[in-house]
Amino acid sequence: MSTFAEYAISAMLIIGGVFTLIGAIGLARLPDFYTRLHGPTKATTVGVGAIVISSVIYFSTLGRGIGIEEILITAFLFMTAPISANFLAKAAMHLEVRTSEKTRGQTWDQ
Amino acid sequence: MLDRLRFPHPWLSLTLFVMWQFLSDGISGGSIVLGLILAWIIPLMTQGFWPDPPTLLKAWKTPAYLLRVLWDIVVASVDVARLILSPREPRPMFICYTLELKDPLAISILASTISLTPGTVSADVSDDNTLLLIHALDAEDEQEVIDTIRNRYEKPLLEMFQ
Repeated sequence: MSTFAEYAISAMLIIGGVFTLIGAIGLARLPDFYTRLHGPTKATTVGVGAIVISSVIYFSTLGRGIGIEEILITAFLFMTAPISANFLAKAAMHLEVRTSEKTRGQTWDQ
Repeated sequence: MLDRLRFPHPWLSLTLFVMWQFLSDGISGGSIVLGLILAWIIPLMTQGFWPDPPTLLKAWKTPAYLLRVLWDIVVASVDVARLILSPREPRPMFICYTLELKDPLAISILASTISLTPGTVSADVSDDNTLLLIHALDAEDEQEVIDTIRNRYEKPLLEMFQ
């Protein structure tokens, strides 16, 4: 494996790790349920994206072709992450979870 | 029996079949048979969820839209990461967004896009498909968020679907 590929893989892994960590910090730091929803959705999009890219680089330097599987992982994640966030938000609205005092605007009930 | 042997959503079937070939390790007789079975049975089972086949009119515009969303995800992720690490309190806000899109698939794509781009999560769609409730993590101005979504995401989707 060339040095350049190794650097690229390491950089991508670090970026992915940092974003996942920040997502977790956000989960702990943000004030209420709705704002905490933002933490994990971000970690999956950029964090997992970067880790998947490093995996693509690694396996293509091994000479086994570009990993279609990794691209599919990303596609599935990008399809399912918004849906789970949406379900969580809907459940929170149904239970009338308390929002932080700074929140402007209203949820609705139907 | 024979009327069960049909493909209500040919494009979905094709996508499922191709995807299965990629997921299984190399194309073989077994993967083709199983792929055909999945491509037949999954659209039949999920038919109730989308009775009308989606009408994607300008499919060639999708790559440009995907690239734009990917770029926005990266840019906005950095923003949210900065917000989480900065000592300043976020300014969360619920926003009611009036939809111009009518097609249910287009609305769900828009809602997913909003959830994927960091800083906004779509929380709910009203029963008559005209309003979208969005939770913004750090919004200064309601109109600004609405305009961004309208111009960057809904207009291209309108062009693609109508």
